[in-house]
Amino acid sequence: MRLKRLVLGAALATLIGVPALVSQASAETFIPLFTYRTGPFANSGTPIANGMHDYFSMLNARDGGIGGSKVAVEECETGYKNEKGVECYESVKGKHPAIITPYSTGITLALIPKAAVDHIPILSMAYGLSASAVGKDFPWIFNPPATYWDGLSIIFRYIGGKEGGLDKLKGKTIGYIFFDGGYGREPLPLLHQFAKDYGFNVKEYPVPPAQMQNQSSIWLSVRRDRPAYMIMWGWGAMNPTAVQEAAKTGYPMDHFIGIWWSGSEDDARPAGPAGKGYLSLNFNAVGANFPALQDIKKYVIDKGNSQTPKGQLGENFYNRGVLNAAVIAEGIRNAQKLTGKKDITGDEMRRGMESLKITAARWKEIGLGGFAAPMAVSCSDHNGHHSAYVQQWDGTKWVKVSDWIAPMKDKVEPLLDAAAADYVKKNQPWPKRTEACDKSS
Amino acid sequence: MFYREAGQFKTTYAADSALFPILQDKIGIVLILFVAFILVPLTASDFAIDSILTPILVFSLAAIGLNLLTGYTGLLSLGTGGFMGVGAYACYKLATFFPGINIVVLIICSGFFAAAAGILFGLPSLRIKGFYLSVATLASQFFLSWCFIRIPWLYNYNVSASIEVPTRTLFGVPVTGPTATPATRYIVVLAIVSIMTWLASNLIRGRIGRTWMAVRDMDIAAELIGIKLYQTKLLAFAVSSFYCGVAGAMLVFLWLGNAESESFNINQSFLILFMVIIGGLGSLLGSFLGAALIWGLPIVLRTVPGFFNLSIKAATVEHITFMTLGALIILFLIAEPNGLARLWQIGKQKLRVWPFPY
Repeated sequence: MRLKRLVLGAALATLIGVPALVSQASAETFIPLFTYRTGPFANSGTPIANGMHDYFSMLNARDGGIGGSKVAVEECETGYKNEKGVECYESVKGKHPAIITPYSTGITLALIPKAAVDHIPILSMAYGLSASAVGKDFPWIFNPPATYWDGLSIIFRYIGGKEGGLDKLKGKTIGYIFFDGGYGREPLPLLHQFAKDYGFNVKEYPVPPAQMQNQSSIWLSVRRDRPAYMIMWGWGAMNPTAVQEAAKTGYPMDHFIGIWWSGSEDDARPAGPAGKGYLSLNFNAVGANFPALQDIKKYVIDKGNSQTPKGQLGENFYNRGVLNAAVIAEGIRNAQKLTGKKDITGDEMRRGMESLKITAARWKEIGLGGFAAPMAVSCSDHNGHHSAYVQQWDGTKWVKVSDWIAPMKDKVEPLLDAAAADYVKKNQPWPKRTEACDKSS
Repeated sequence: MFYREAGQFKTTYAADSALFPILQDKIGIVLILFVAFILVPLTASDFAIDSILTPILVFSLAAIGLNLLTGYTGLLSLGTGGFMGVGAYACYKLATFFPGINIVVLIICSGFFAAAAGILFGLPSLRIKGFYLSVATLASQFFLSWCFIRIPWLYNYNVSASIEVPTRTLFGVPVTGPTATPATRYIVVLAIVSIMTWLASNLIRGRIGRTWMAVRDMDIAAELIGIKLYQTKLLAFAVSSFYCGVAGAMLVFLWLGNAESESFNINQSFLILFMVIIGGLGSLLGSFLGAALIWGLPIVLRTVPGFFNLSIKAATVEHITFMTLGALIILFLIAEPNGLARLWQIGKQKLRVWPFPY
């Protein structure tokens, strides 16, 4: 009897509960965040996850969401593993996400073909497949503000500025230490082209994922080869290890430049005072001195609705997460403006992202004045090839040491087009773009 | 009582050596196949099919492959991930070279490349045994995953060093690539796994399987009764790697749709080895149970808090899942060191004598 009542009760509860859940879900914009707070990449992944999470929580608490639509954020833990990422994607696919942020190049690569089929846009902010910047072939993928190839060309512009011209590199050796996977291998074609163009030698130092924390033999070779500059494409536990080993072998730190994913405080800090002078690219400001970040503190962190530890607010990768969330929020706003609807679908989000323009004035309006360079995405160019700057570790914090440097668009774009054409050719039959471009884009 | 063979008389040799000699087993397997082939694709959600069932089947096949080598022939191997990778990359290259040939044929063919790699790395198995052999296979694992990243030809000089799966059709229905529905891919995987499991079970019950088990139980005695050790061990390596290779090709083509060398690293080898040990060494059923436990349980555990509407943080759920799974594995191994397959055997015996304990 009791069992019967229990079963009846449970059934009744589901009957009442399920429609309530469904109706609740339709009044929201659902944004799944693929994050990793566990595993060997957690040191890089956690602050980014916190930044994204807190920015959306702040919008919900302060403005009641975006344009009147509450943001429903759900984290899915990937551990930076491709299998897990695909599993996360499958689990959120049915809940009509507005956009997906995989936060892993490998997961992005796995999701790119699926996006067009399921009509879910993917934002891989300055990672993923560089070629996906070509909107004609990849209408569903967005990777602003810059590709890896842009990043490499910015690094060379900076080096050229220091040396007094890139032709001064002739005969010198440039070392490239990289995560031995898709992420680190992508810049290689451009690097070799630069070597040909400017007459320097390239020394490659691949770091296998299993050896991330054991780089002493690699840095012994670096000491032997004495490269004039070291460029790093690292992630997770590889970054702090490389900076420490470089300091230990006495490599001049101000000739050691990391990409924007190798520039968190936790990457440079473990090397202690010896890490002083280490350089890295960046495309978001560091520090908490922005109205939006102060709002995050006021509405989210001080209220205890965040996992952010004390002092992380304003750190580089935390701000990277905030930037990522802000780009999504602006995309949603733009989509709402285009369609006049409150709750947008993946299709509408794609249109919103495709005509996204964030001017300096707009950054200021949302409380992030000077936080990032103005950003523009168009129907044909899903990246924009925006500028980045170089920052230097002064032993306790990052200091901006260069102006915003524009990438060498003339060198990068032909490579991008070729890579996109190659991708399409290898993945035949690749769907032809049928999505119309909006007028404003 | 429920599971009693009394009264089921065999009147021919064929009936006596049937794969499922007992009526209950026959009914059971027909039921399982009916559910797996018809009910599941019709009713299960895309998430259940694509994230739980398909991977379990793929890993089951890899576990069967390793079980043939470790469970039946007694050769411990840590190279499973590498052999799976050989299958995957071979299938990718074959699909590039022969775009017109049916993808299912290519997936099966890629097994032969893995078998060749298996024979190559199985060569030291006559001279070295036990732990030393496992170290030798570990070397093959490292060498193969090194190849997958350092030989750009294997991934067609792709700048992102990954292999992507093109769309291919079977009878006009896409079975690989993004447009293939999870249910279609699941049915293809299920068909391949069912047929290969059936082949493996016959292989084990026949002369070849018996020579393998003879070598496992005592290799000197096996040699004395006329079993050629070298051929037997190499054949075990070849067949085992064939199964692993097909599993690897299915993993990329019918499940993930994309892979990097990282998908076939040492962790993958350990994962399969754990499936075999927990499922039960020397049991085909155990391979399935082990894969289901190791792959399926974390996913089920992860959905538990959502069921009760508890909002636990994603990372915390991950930690709890890790700990629970670890505890469960230890518990299972204490309760039954011979694996889940043995538990099922005990259960069958209990069903047979029920309601009397003896």
